Amino acid sequence: MLTITDLVKVYPTGTKALNGVNLTISEPQVVAVIGSSGAGKSTLIRCVNRLVEPTSGKIMLDDMDITALNRRGLRAARRRMGMIFQEYNLVERLTVMENVLSGRLGYVGFWQAYRRRYPPEDVRAAFEILDRVELSGYQNTRADALSGGQRQRVGIARALMQKPDLLLVDEPTASLDPRTGRQIMRLICELAHERGTPALVNIHDVQLARTFSDRVIGLSDGKIAFDGPPGELSEKVLTMIYGEEDWSTTIRDAEDKSGKPKDDNGISHEAAIG
Amino acid sequence: MSEIPTWEPSRLIRRPILRYGVFSLVVLYVATTLFTMEIDWPRVLTGFSRAGDILARMFPPSFSRWELLAKGVLESVQMALAASFFGMLLAIPLGLCAAVNIAPKPVYLVARAILALSRTFHEVIIAIFFVKIFGFGPLAGVLTLIVASMSFIGKMLAEDVENMNMGQVEAVRATGASFPRLLIYAITPQMLPRYLGVSIYRLDANIRHSTVVGIVGAGGIGQTLAASFSRYDYDFSLAILLTIISLVFLGEFFSNWVRGQLR
Amino acid sequence: MSMRAEEDHPDVWRRYNPRQTLINYAWYVGIVFVAVWSVSKLDIPWFYFLDAHVQAADLFVRMYPPDWAHLGRITDPLIETIHIATLGTAVTFVIAFPIAFLAARNTSPNVATWFVGRFILVTSRSVNTVVWGLIFVAMFGPGPVAGIWAVAARSIGFVGKLIAESIEEIDEGTVAAIEATGASRLQVLLVGVVPQVLPVVFGTIVYRWDINIRESTVLGFVGAGGIGIQLYASINQFAWQQVSVMLIAVLGVVLVSEFVSAVVRKHIT
Ligand SMILES: Nc1ncnc2c1ncn2[C@@H]1O[C@H](COP(=O)(O)OP(=O)(O)O)[C@@H](O)[C@H]1O
Ligand SMILES: [Mg+2]
Repeated sequence: MLTITDLVKVYPTGTKALNGVNLTISEPQVVAVIGSSGAGKSTLIRCVNRLVEPTSGKIMLDDMDITALNRRGLRAARRRMGMIFQEYNLVERLTVMENVLSGRLGYVGFWQAYRRRYPPEDVRAAFEILDRVELSGYQNTRADALSGGQRQRVGIARALMQKPDLLLVDEPTASLDPRTGRQIMRLICELAHERGTPALVNIHDVQLARTFSDRVIGLSDGKIAFDGPPGELSEKVLTMIYGEEDWSTTIRDAEDKSGKPKDDNGISHEAAIG
Repeated sequence: MSEIPTWEPSRLIRRPILRYGVFSLVVLYVATTLFTMEIDWPRVLTGFSRAGDILARMFPPSFSRWELLAKGVLESVQMALAASFFGMLLAIPLGLCAAVNIAPKPVYLVARAILALSRTFHEVIIAIFFVKIFGFGPLAGVLTLIVASMSFIGKMLAEDVENMNMGQVEAVRATGASFPRLLIYAITPQMLPRYLGVSIYRLDANIRHSTVVGIVGAGGIGQTLAASFSRYDYDFSLAILLTIISLVFLGEFFSNWVRGQLR
Repeated sequence: MSMRAEEDHPDVWRRYNPRQTLINYAWYVGIVFVAVWSVSKLDIPWFYFLDAHVQAADLFVRMYPPDWAHLGRITDPLIETIHIATLGTAVTFVIAFPIAFLAARNTSPNVATWFVGRFILVTSRSVNTVVWGLIFVAMFGPGPVAGIWAVAARSIGFVGKLIAESIEEIDEGTVAAIEATGASRLQVLLVGVVPQVLPVVFGTIVYRWDINIRESTVLGFVGAGGIGIQLYASINQFAWQQVSVMLIAVLGVVLVSEFVSAVVRKHIT
């Protein structure tokens, strides 16, 4: 589904954010990308939909070489990838529905977009998704009137409206309180599994990564330092990714939670994958 | 609760020597300039009595040629409205091109140069050039006001675009939207309230400026006023001035009202 | 959750309800109508546009090369332009200050004086500098004195309004403390109010000075002194190469004054 080969990104400032990343996602799974801040997590995700231009390397989405696309082709490719942001990045002055429908912007004409006239199936899908993220009734509320958790759910709905083949998620919980953060993380993972959409999720919270993901990638200094199931995140591995620190509590806490994956009335993800 | 209010004479310039130095320099400057400038003192001194004379001839203001007056006022208002409309429209491409975060560098530099140039030269200078190209009449005035409005609104728009939230734009771009759709969906909502507010303010400013471009023959009530002065029709001049003042007042009132309606 | 999924979801959604839509369209139509009406009533000779670009190009060709020798003859008028702006601003300072006290609610002796103060400020602002120039030339004859008065007459409203606003926002506690010492009304003003608004006053004055430089460049068009006299003469004599030198000079002076004003204001605040 997604294949990244020898990806390198050097920013104009000279910072080498990615230094030869190789990564393949071949089944619909939630892949958590962990790593200390500045490790290159955001850069990696943004290279995939080319919000950041890779310096070298190759990114394939199915049979499409994203790195070789022209602007037009790139726009078509971006329609296939939904993105969720740390700062939600909703258009604040627009209503919830307009924000959700903006996931279909690539498919409607200019005047339709201007007049907010979307095809009936898109509107129906939007209402359905709003329901799914538990925001039914909020369609006419302006985004700037929502709480952080609600905004992020609108952000999720917008990404899902694209019917994406891949979800790119950049620190979805970092601006939220721990409880809301967990709910959002669970929602994203549930939806990814429900729809069979692979998701690349940046997350600095190791516990959340261990709890919700199917696979963890550790990024350190622009290189992949670990790639394996969350269960393998040992003290040694974490030290390799993050450097020396006492990791025992982190691991124990995460094990407590992952030990009972059905704790928060969510769908067990093992079951969903299987 | 709070401290006992105290005060001390706060001084703009703390050091006394510097303060008195600056003060005496100012006096010296005024004295020397008044002596070195070519001033026809006898003529100026008669000015005060002439002022009384002119004032006497101004009263009572004469509205007898009200048709001429009304025509001038209407022309000024129409010039202001037309200029605001086209200025508003033209400001959009100009403002977008002058925003460093969305325009390519060469385009940006050209747009900024246009903005700087049209803001440095006084409307009257721009007006006289349009008069030379298009001849006397309101067309030159409208074009002048369009240039002024365009650069005024454009500059504000460019600054707004440069300060806008790029995250929102990026998010919409990430859905695969093209630039035009980005413009209407992510940029416009962020710009619209202030753009409309400034445009309305500019309408009010255009009404004020439309009274002056006429001085060089670019139409409107200003042209009527200049003519009345050159014919020493001072009572008519006062009538025009009073009309201009009420017009400006109405314009300001209207602009405040509309901006209130826009929230 | 699964029950809700069965629900029927609507497949139309409108950003605005019919009433709002109607109002929006009414706005669009109204604005376009006003614009079209304004343009059509102006009797614009559209055929002028046919050769406008030729005329404009012609103008530019004739302006090049600038007649640099003319620079020597315009230095005096340029300096006069700066003097007009500066002296006019100085006069503004002297007059606007007391008027601002009349026009501020908390320092005006009574409603009548407040109204008079406001009236002066509004009148001053409503009439453009150049129009004031016209009036003062009629009084004092052509020359820089009319220009100085014109600059002052227009700036009083601008500066006075801003000062009055800052007077209305002063810290009443300080004033009360001085009143408590048994000071007279004038003393309260001088010691309690003036120092508080002085920074705003100077900031505004410097800001206005910079605007006045720009205004002074055209005062000569009505005979009120400065570079405008020569500029107007050269334009009317079609001496375009002289005109281009003067425009460049004006550009320089305006940009420098803008810079100076910005630097000074930064130091004040
Ligand atoms: N736009 C940019 N320009 C220059 N350097 C950048 C830019 N964005 C990120 N970087 C640098 O690249 C490195 C990786 O950043 P990032 O991908 O944001 O890391 P993470 O998301 O893991 O915190 C950091 O050193 C950061 O300073
Ligand atoms: Mg990041």
